[in-house]
Order: sequence, then structure tokens, then C-alpha cells
Amino acid sequence: MMASSYNAKEEDGHHPGSSNHGGTGPSSSKKPDNTAFKQQRLPAWQPILTAGTVLPAFFIIGLIFIPIGIGLYVTSNNIKEFEIDYTGVEPDSPCYICAQNFSWNSTTPCICTVNFTLQQPFENNVYMYYGLSNFYQNHRRYVKSRDDKQLNGDLNNLEDPSSDCEPYRKIGGKAVAPCGAIANSLFNDTLDLSYVESNGTLNSIDLQRKGIAWWTDKHVKFKNPAGSNLSVAFQNTVMPVNWRNPVYNLDPSDPDNNGFINEDFIVWMRTAALPTFRKLYRIIPKKSGAASTLPSGSYRLKIAYNYPVLSFDGRKRMILSTISWMGGKNPFLGIAYITVGSICFFLGIVLLIINHKYGNRSSSADIPN
Amino acid sequence: MDFSLLRNIITRYCVGEENWVDSRTVYIGHKEPPPGAEAYIPQRYPDNRIVSSKYTFWNFIPKNLFEQFRRIANFYFLVIFLVQLIIDTPTSPVTSGLPLFFVITVTAIKQGYEDWLRHKADCSINECPVDVVQQGKVVRTQSHKLRVGDIVMVREDEIFPCDLIFLSSSRYDGICYVTTTSLDGESSHKTYYAVPDTMAFRTEQEVDSLHATIECEQPQPDLYKFVGRINIYKDKEEPISRTLGAENLLLRGATLKNTQHIYAVAVYTGMETKMALNYQSKSQKRSAVEKSMNAFLIVYLCILISKAVINTVLKYAWQWSPDRDEPWYNHRTEIERQRHVVIRAFTDFLAFMVLFNYIIPVSMYVTVEMQKFLGSYFITWDEEMFDEELGQGAQVNTSDLNEELGQVEYVFTDKTGTLTENNMEFIECCVDGNVYIPHAICNGQILSAASSIDMIDSSPGGYRREYEDLFFRALCLCHTVQVKEEETVDGIKRGIHQGRPTSFYISSSPDEVALVEGMKRLGYTYLRLKDSYMEILNKDDEIERFELLHVLNFDSVRRRMSVIVKSSSGEYLLFCKGADSSIFPRVVSGKVEQVRARVEQNAVEGLRTLCVAYRRLSQSEYQEACHHLTEAKLALQDREQRLAQAYDIIERDFVLLGATAVEDRLQEKAADTIESLHKAGIKVWVLTGDKMETAAATCYASKLFRHSTQILELTKKRTEEQSLHDILFELNRTVLRQRSISGLSVDCLDFGLIIDGATLSAILKSNQEGTSHGNYREIFLEICRNCSAVLCCRMAPLQKAQIVKLIKASKEHPITLAVGDGANDVSMILEAHVGIGIMGKEGRQAARNSDYAIPKFKHLKKMLLVHGHYYYIRIAELVQYFFYKNVCFIFPQFLYQFFCGFSQQPLYDTAYLTLYNISFTSLPILLYSLVEQHVTMESLKREPSLYRDIAKNSLLRWPVFLYWTCLGVFDAFIFFFGAYFLFDNTTFTSNGQLMTTNTQMMFGNWTFGTLVFTVLVFTVTLKLALDTHHWTWINHFVIWGSLLFYVIFSLLWGGIIWPFLNYQRMYYVFMQMLSSGPAWLSIILLITVSLLPDVIKKVLCRAICPTATERAQSSRPCLTVEPSTIFMLSQSSSRMSF
Repeated sequence: MMASSYNAKEEDGHHPGSSNHGGTGPSSSKKPDNTAFKQQRLPAWQPILTAGTVLPAFFIIGLIFIPIGIGLYVTSNNIKEFEIDYTGVEPDSPCYICAQNFSWNSTTPCICTVNFTLQQPFENNVYMYYGLSNFYQNHRRYVKSRDDKQLNGDLNNLEDPSSDCEPYRKIGGKAVAPCGAIANSLFNDTLDLSYVESNGTLNSIDLQRKGIAWWTDKHVKFKNPAGSNLSVAFQNTVMPVNWRNPVYNLDPSDPDNNGFINEDFIVWMRTAALPTFRKLYRIIPKKSGAASTLPSGSYRLKIAYNYPVLSFDGRKRMILSTISWMGGKNPFLGIAYITVGSICFFLGIVLLIINHKYGNRSSSADIPN
Repeated sequence: MDFSLLRNIITRYCVGEENWVDSRTVYIGHKEPPPGAEAYIPQRYPDNRIVSSKYTFWNFIPKNLFEQFRRIANFYFLVIFLVQLIIDTPTSPVTSGLPLFFVITVTAIKQGYEDWLRHKADCSINECPVDVVQQGKVVRTQSHKLRVGDIVMVREDEIFPCDLIFLSSSRYDGICYVTTTSLDGESSHKTYYAVPDTMAFRTEQEVDSLHATIECEQPQPDLYKFVGRINIYKDKEEPISRTLGAENLLLRGATLKNTQHIYAVAVYTGMETKMALNYQSKSQKRSAVEKSMNAFLIVYLCILISKAVINTVLKYAWQWSPDRDEPWYNHRTEIERQRHVVIRAFTDFLAFMVLFNYIIPVSMYVTVEMQKFLGSYFITWDEEMFDEELGQGAQVNTSDLNEELGQVEYVFTDKTGTLTENNMEFIECCVDGNVYIPHAICNGQILSAASSIDMIDSSPGGYRREYEDLFFRALCLCHTVQVKEEETVDGIKRGIHQGRPTSFYISSSPDEVALVEGMKRLGYTYLRLKDSYMEILNKDDEIERFELLHVLNFDSVRRRMSVIVKSSSGEYLLFCKGADSSIFPRVVSGKVEQVRARVEQNAVEGLRTLCVAYRRLSQSEYQEACHHLTEAKLALQDREQRLAQAYDIIERDFVLLGATAVEDRLQEKAADTIESLHKAGIKVWVLTGDKMETAAATCYASKLFRHSTQILELTKKRTEEQSLHDILFELNRTVLRQRSISGLSVDCLDFGLIIDGATLSAILKSNQEGTSHGNYREIFLEICRNCSAVLCCRMAPLQKAQIVKLIKASKEHPITLAVGDGANDVSMILEAHVGIGIMGKEGRQAARNSDYAIPKFKHLKKMLLVHGHYYYIRIAELVQYFFYKNVCFIFPQFLYQFFCGFSQQPLYDTAYLTLYNISFTSLPILLYSLVEQHVTMESLKREPSLYRDIAKNSLLRWPVFLYWTCLGVFDAFIFFFGAYFLFDNTTFTSNGQLMTTNTQMMFGNWTFGTLVFTVLVFTVTLKLALDTHHWTWINHFVIWGSLLFYVIFSLLWGGIIWPFLNYQRMYYVFMQMLSSGPAWLSIILLITVSLLPDVIKKVLCRAICPTATERAQSSRPCLTVEPSTIFMLSQSSSRMSF
């Protein structure tokens, strides 16, 4: 097919022209250099994979992997995780009405509350996530639908976003900021968590909204357009169709958390790898002293139900989790390590037998040859 | 697929247009012939410009691009690239455009550079000064301004500027000497003859006054053929016609030697010279590896298409519900919505194709080409294949067949000059039954000349005396040997006679030199040829002069040559020498029986024999012969055929004089080489034109036949007794019976077959006729298959090629290799899968037409057993590994489609997609394919049987391919689902403790892809590391270096906001991933799991059923000391036996 295509000897070297000045005669009449490389005699390490040599490696892998696996598994099991689905599919679920009566046009958010109980107290920092299922954040059309230049505060792109954002690029001639499908579908349920004291009073829990995005994203990749005032900077743009608040007013409580550098927004803009995913929503900081961050007991989750998922069979969840040195709850990695370690160990034993049985035979078989 | 053949055909047809006229008329000095002779037709011929360059400055870019995109693979990538440009595809056009651009640019630069060199060379040639005779004066002009018909003066040591007809020389005998080293590699001086009527011209004025035309055939590439006629017009007389032959034609590229200057007229110029016509590329041979590669490619193309189809179908099934197709968060644009569903589906299909197109890597072709090109240098660099005597090492004419050297099943070798030295030594002659031996060895001293003539028959009578005289004269006269009187030429000088300037004999045939030298030792010295008189110094130191009238040249069909001379007494004598088979039927008297007996005895001893006969011609017979010859020589068409007829008429009614025997010693280590080839499972066939007995003796000497070998004969002698049919069936039965017996006993008797040319043609012919006798060819092949060695004797050159073709076409399609040194082996060298030329004494034609040229036969051993073996395993691994790594690469992408709604979302970032094959994984495999040595060179040489392990393309067969592909799929599953589970049911997060400024961050789809990609790059590179058996520092450098490069690149790629990119999706992704503990742990885990099956497979295979190669590998450590002693022992013992 492409034979000889990159072959220097294809047709040249035998041309009338070259026969006089190079050709075969004079150039090859020189004795080849006696260098190790040219004679293919470079000193080399020549390992061979035999049962004997691989055996120790298998045992070592086994001996290393199994403890790691056990460690991972134990750590993972120590992590406390609580998950609650608040989609409102079943008629008896608290958010059923909100889910059924959802309309894009309603101005007041539908509020529903979910009560739940934590059996065990959550220590240290507790992380609060929202989870979505069957939401294809990794769809190509969706992943593509953003303008990183606009998000980086580029003024040109602010008013003339990239065509990748279609059909969420312009509304009525005005540029959408932030443009694109990802931004447009920003998760906008509001979750509030309160501890229900034994006497029934609600004790609102402080949820920290900052520190949930990558530092580099917040400080480098995402930038607000230059301007003394955010609302001025965004004056020639419109907010995405499905948004209730303009981008400069995403976090009314903290003016530094608005515009493109709003952390909820940044988290959302990092598209998930799989259709079922969770994203960090809030951090519940550790309380000073010995008190647990979330003591066991009943809690109430107040949801401002703004985000429709029923149309595509989606689910919404709220997750509370602690973390360890290895991240969140992750039994898979521990189990996998234990399994692989055991397999290696077992194979090591098998190889030991084989080596014992065949090793002698094959070495003795060499002698007659 | 290969277009060069097509191109050749086209050019041939295009050139053919000019060739409609069979002959051309050249007007010497552009002078019109006298009116009435012929109409003056000014013809247009190309000027003498040599154009070897392909491109000009203007057409380089379009023409080169066109040439490159004619290759299917390049075209494929161009199509992918265009599809990416046109439709909305998942990956940017850069991903396929950049590699393609890279490949195309590199190739274009390379070709451009080469073309520039060619331009330079062309220029220097075209502008070199040439002396042309114009108006009686010598005018200096540039070579490219030369026209057909110009009279050119060439001085000593100048190169002829075009093909010239030799008019006159500064020498009085009208000859000149020429070397054609640059044309055919023969360094001997050749004699050319001026046209007799013009040889007397001495000055420019005289030459310029010549009024003549030359009629000659249109240019053709055969260097040794030329047919023409010169018509010389003198004042109003009938024009004189003279024939012109190859001996009058001075070829461009040859150099004038030993002659001050010559005048000659240009007949073929520029691209029509024989040299230019000869440098057309040969037809391409393709290796078995390449064929398997193409087969695998088709499989992968099918996989690619089916993947795309499956995904397209699933996509439409999945998004049948509109909420999935267009959920509220992910709308289509209006334009897309309006598109017809069929167009959308087709676009999707194309998009999937684009997404998965990396499974067929553009870089594989580049790597394979680079491997072949660079790898072939190891052959030229090999010191062991360097021959001190010749001052030359092995030569690679094509690097496309390197790996084919490791696949050879049949070796067809020539005998003379290949197995043997082709260094002839005169042993004895037999005159009329008496045996003469020129030197007897007494006490280790060679007695000189005549004194040692050992006369077996004691009393030579007068009658015998006459025969003896005739015999010796015959040998002194019947040859084409030249005497070279030169003092300063390197080489072996042999004095002709004491007291005279040293000179030696040169001839194209070493036999002739041996004979003439043998005669000298017997007292008859051939002195020289002067003014067509041959001078001989006879035993009594008298000079005898014979007028040389005609030479009936040797050819391999007639297998004899003759001269017609006129002795000083006025007798016409025809002396003929040739093969016994071609002389005996023409002999009418002489002691045929005795001579025949002697000849046969000599042949058994492995000597080359020639018979000598003569015929006395009467005046009228001579006239008649002359008439026949001149008529044939004058013929413009079918001259060869007519000459053959004329020779046939003249060479008859001989009187047998005697026979000669010349020894041709075996080349050193020929026997050892053949033995090794046998052990390597290669069948060795000897194809020779020699007599059966001689050839068989050589075969025994070279251990092709052993004493245990049962010889089956299939010769003319037997077919005369029995019908061919019976013999074939009988032999077949013998062979089959033996095989069934030997199936039980361990040591099987091996067979050797001897067949001669006549029988072979009968067997081949039977098939063509399609007789009812069944297919002889099949039976013959069946017999051959069971013979370990076959000797074919009395073969014509074309028959050699036929044999090769026959075996090539047999049902196993074995890989054949032909090795030879002479022009008669060229056909077989071109026919075989691999052609190897020996740089022998019979010129360089074989070496020029071969794929590889080696100085000696013994080098074949290293060529096949070491280089061939290495190249094969290297390229086999290269091909398999390339497919494997691309399965690993693309299959996760395929799996990802199931989790992203079949939306063609790529798993990896564009940079990774682009650079995976170009840089992250390219160098280790390239280096592996250049330096891998799975077994040491010593063990390969010591144990030729290792060659059997790779026979029949064993590393590229379908099961192996399937294994690699399955391994690739398995690894891909591990990569993808490993990452999937880590992402799916856990919060896969980066660790807050490690990066203090960050706390809990989520990983997105690009991190997912990067994780998979990191595992992929490491696994694939480490897999190669596991396969590497030969770790030099370069391997370490490249393997670890390329992993390091990947890491550094990723850090850099994610570390900066790249201003030229309109997306920043990789920003800090890699660093974030590395800052997470579980990512590290899972990378290690996944790499381990991916490599595990291959390690286990390797270990188990080695432990349970090791191949010979594996045994050789594991026995290596314990044998490190022993081999040297064993080797020394065997050496000393072999020395003892001599």
C-alpha cells in the first residue's frame, strides 16, 4: 500500500546523477565502523519473564496490595454518608406537588421540606452535595456549548459569544452571558438544612458557599469582565433563558461571589463524566470544640424546587458526607485492591508449583540440545 | 495498490509513441546524404540533458502532494480530515490534520531534498564540458547541448557523454578500452572497435569530412545489445554498408581508458541513452509481513465501520424518545432540527468514524517505513559481512524486504561463483586420450611449466603430435581473453614472460583465463591480438601468427564458442570449445569414447570440463561461412536469431581434439552455511547450468547431499528408459513410503533429488498441454516437498526462474530466496521473493538486480539467521503492538459512547488524541523495532533451528493477532470500567489535605478521560517494556523518557491558559488528578491489572511448553562461559580434519 513511500532508496540512489557522486561503489567500500551500536552489540540487560523471576514479584504485589486494600476499605467504611432522594416521583413524597406543578414561568419558587434522621453523628467537615441522575452533562452538544473566553472575562466574547453556544448564544440580538447550554441549565434548587431540636425548634445550620470550586478555576480560568460594577459590566447582555437571577446577582449574600466567579456556577460548569453524578454544594465547617458537626438526630431539608428533572426521568438527591485522606466513600477501590492482591498472591502460589514441576524439566531439557 | 507499476506502463506507452518507427537514421555531422540515396528527414531527438529529478521548482508542491495522496493510507487520512472540516465532528480537524500534515511535510521535505540533490547532480552532469567537432574544429560545449549526429571527441579517463558510435581512435588498431564500472560494476577493461572504414581518421578535419548515415534501432535498455548499420557515402559511389554491433557502441557512463582520444558520433542522447533507460525502477516486491499487515488493516477497518454502525443504530434507538434526544437543558439549533433524519444519521455515522478513526494509525505506516529504512543500515554496517578481499560489505538495494529474510523456506542457489569461488584453476587436459597435468606438486613446490608435463601415454607419435599442437593452439586461439599490459593496476599481476613488461589476462569468463594461463604453463603463451592477428609464443619460443577472421561468441544457449582463424600457412581453421553436450553431437571423428570417459571422470570429481574440437575449412567453405555470418550480422532485425542459425550451420563436422578440466573451489564455509540453512528448516536447491556429475560432486562437498542422503534421479538418462510418468509415480511412492516409515522411527532418511533441465521442461510442458496423464507438476512438487535438497543441473537462465516460479506458486506459497552472482541468475533473482546477489567475479549484474547484495555465500547465514530473524520479530512485534495500542486507545472511547448518550463525545482531549500515536507511544516501539534482540546473536548463529520458530509468518498469524486484539480489548475494558467505578459510585475527589488551598472539588469528564489516558499510556509503554528482552541504555532512555515526556507535557498542557485555544478544558485537570490520592492508587491498580494477563500468559507458556527460542533465552545465563570453549574446540577439530 504505502510500501516504499518513505523509503529513501525507492528510486534514488540509482539515478544516473547519483551514480557518479555516491552510488554503491565508493561509499560502501569503506569498512564499516566497529562500534557497538552499529554492530548491534551494545551492552544490554536481558531480562526474561520466567516463573522463577516473576514469582517474587507476584508475592510482593500481593503483600503490598492486600494491606492497602484493607486500609482503603476500612477508611472508606469509616466515612459516613447520607443520601436522600427528593425528586418527588412517588405521590407520597414531600416534593411530589412541586415536581408535578413545575412551570418555567412561575415567579415564586415552590418550597418543599424533607425530614430525615441521622443515626450517627458526622464529625469534622461535612460536605453537602446535590446529585443528579440521568442527566447527560457529558453529551457532546452540551459539553461543547460554552465559551471559555467569555468566562475568562474577554470583553469581545462577552458581547459576541462563540458559535459553540448555539442555540443559547443570543436572545433578541443581545448576547447571553454566560452563554451556552451548560450555563443555561445551571442547577438552581436551593437547599437549606436545619437541625430539629428535640423540642421541635429549627436550628438552621450554617452552610458555607465558598471554597467548593478549584482554586485555579476561581482565580484564573473564570474571570469577571472588567468594570467597576458587575451590573454595568454585564449591561449589554441578557441572562440565560432558564435563569431567574442575572449572573451578577447569583449570590445576594456575598458580592465577591457573583458573576462568572460564582462558585456554584464554576462547579456546575465542570461537566460531569457520567450521566449520574454529584456535585459539591456546600461545606458544613467543623464546629470548634468537641461537638460533632452534625450530631445525630432529625433534620429538615428545605428545598426551593426550581429544577425540573422528571421530563427526562431524572432524579435529584442531597448527599451529606465526611471525607478521609482518600476522598469520599469509595469501597470499590479497597475491594479492588484486595481482590487483585489476592489474585496475585494466589498466582504466586500457582507459579511456585509450576516452577517446581516444570522448572526442573525445562532446565534438564536443555542439556541434550 | 502500488502505482509505480502503473506509472511504468504508462510511461512505456507514452515513450512508445516515438517508437513506432523501428529504426532511426542518424546523419553524421548533420550532413544530408547525397540526393537520391534517401530522403533527408530531419528527426527530432531529445537533447543530451539528463533529468533524474522528478520535480521542478514550480510543480513541486502540487506534484508531490498528488504523489503522496495517491497512497491509500494518506488518502484515507485526507478523507477523514476533510470529513472533519465539513461536518460537525467530535474532534477538531487538527487531530487528524496535524499528524497528516506532519507526515506529508516530512516526506515532502525528504523528497524535496533528494530531488534537490538530483537537480544538483543533473546540473553538474549536464554542464560538464564536451568536445564536439564542428567545421573541422574541436569546439568545447556543454554536455546538455549535444545532439544526435554530433561528432564528439573523448579523451582518456573521460566519461562518455552519451551513447556513441565509435568512429576512430588514436590507436592505430582502431580499438579503445573502456571500463563500465558505473554501468554494471565490472571493472575489467573492455575492448571496443571502431568502424573499419573510419578507423583511419586521425584529425578533426578528416572526421568532419565523413559523409555517412547510421541506421540503428530505437533505444532499448539492454546494455549488451545494439543493432545498426552505417552507410558511408563517397563521391558518387554506391554507399558502403557496414554492420554495427554492441562492440561499436560506447555507452554513456563508461570511461575511456588506455586510449588518448577517440572520435565518435552520438546516436542516443539524454534520457534515451541505455544508461538512462536502465535506471527505471524495478517492480516492487512485497513482503509477507506487509500482506498480513494489510489483512489486519482490513479487519480493523471492518471493526471501525461496524463500531460506527452499531453506535449510530444505538444512538437512534436510544434517542427515540424526544426527552432523551432533546432534553430541556440541551436543545439543538434550528438548522440542525430542520435537517432530514437520514442526513443526520449519515452525519452521525461519519462523526463516529472520525471519532474511532485512530484505530488505524497513520503513524504505523511512518514507523514501519522508518523501521525498514533505518533498520537496513544494520546490514550495511555489519562488519562480519564485510569482505576484506573485495573491500565491500553487504549492500541493501531495497529495505522493503528486511523481514522477509526471516521467512525464507526455499533457497535457490547458483553453483558457480556462489557456492564455489569462481576462481578457476586449470587442472589437466586430455588430448586424444592422453592426460596432461601442468604442474605436479613435489615436496610442496610447484614445478615450472613444461618440464612437469606428465605424459601418461609415453610415446606420442607424429599423428598425436599434430593433435597435440592443434589442441594447444585451439586453446590459445579460441577465447576472448585480452592481454592487459599495465603496470600500475592493483591486483594480482601475472607475468606473461620474463623480460617483458608485466601484463595479465582479462576476460569476462574466469574459465578462459584459467585455460589460457594453463596453456602458458604448458608452454604455449598467448601474447596479444594485434591488427587482427593473434600471436602465440610456442614451446620453442617462436612466435606464431594467426589471422583472426571471425569470433562466434559464447552464449549460454549454444554453450560453446568458436573462432575462425587463418594460419600463416594459409589454412582456414575453425576452433571450437564448449560443453561436452554441445560438442559431442557435432563431432564426426576423434577419440570420442576416451575423451568422454575422462570428461565424466573429471566431472565426478567436481571439475568443470570443456571439450575442444576443430574443423578445417576449405576456401569455399570459408567463403560460405563468411557469407552466412556477414548476412546475419548485417540484418537489422532478428539478428540474434539469424546469427544463431548461422552458427549452427558453421559449427559442425568437428574433429574432437580433447577436453580440459578446470577446478572451481568451494567458497569458504559454504558447507557450514548450507548445513545451518538445513538445520534452520530451509530447503536448499542448487540450480546450475553445469553438468550433473560436476554439480553433484559440488553438492556432496558442500554437504547439500550427505552420504546418508538417498538420491533420486530425474534426468534425461532415465526418462529415455522409462516414461516420465512412471518415474514420477515411482519416485513419489518411494518418498511416501519412506515418510510413513520414518513417521515411526526418529531418524528419517533424507532424500536428495537431481533433475536436469530437459526433464524439468518436460514436466512443466506436460501441464501446459493439459494431458490426461494427470498433473505432473503436482507430483513433482510433492516429491520436492519431501526432499531436503534438490539439485537442478543443465538449467538455462530462464528455467531457473521457472523453477522459482513453480515453487512460489505451489499451494503452500512458500517464501523463496534466490542467490546468485552472474547475469544468468538475474531472472531467478528477480523472480524470487527475495533476491540476493553475490558480488562475484562475473560482473555486478546480479548484485545490481538483487534486493540485497553480499560479498560471499557464507554471509547468507548471518543474513538469514541473524538479521532476517531479528527483522522479522521486530516488525512482527511492531505491527501487532501498533494494533494493540490503538485498540487500547480507541476502545474506551467506544465504551464511553454508551454513557454519553451516543453523542460522539470524545473521552480524551484533542491534544491527547493527536499526540498519542505521534509522540507518547511512538518512540519506544520504533526503538524496539530497531534494536530488539530477543536472543543473542551468538545463540542464533549457534542454533539455526531457532529459525524454525518464526517460520510461516508465525508471529503474525491470526491466532496471535487475535490474542493481541483480545488483550487490547481487555485492557480497554479495565481502563474504562476501572475509571467508571471510581467515578460512578463514589465522590471521586481531590484530597483537601494535599492541596491546602483547595478542599473538596469534583472531577469532570476531562479528568475522567485524563485518568483513562494516563493509565493507557503507562500500560501500553510498560507492556512494551515487558516484551523487551534487550535493554540497552537507549531503551531505558526512550521508554522512561517517553513516560516522563507524557507527564511533563500534561503538566505543561494543563498548566497554562493557552491563548490560541478557544477552550481551556484541560486547565489544571492533570494536576488536580495527581493531587488526589485515589487517582494514584487507581492508576497503579489499573496498570497492574492490565499487565497481569500478559505476564501470566508469558510465564505459563514458557514454563509449560517452551519454544526453542524461549529455551535458548533461558539457557543463556548458564552458557555464557561455555560457548567460547565449545566454539574453539569445534574449530580446532575442524582444522584437524582438513
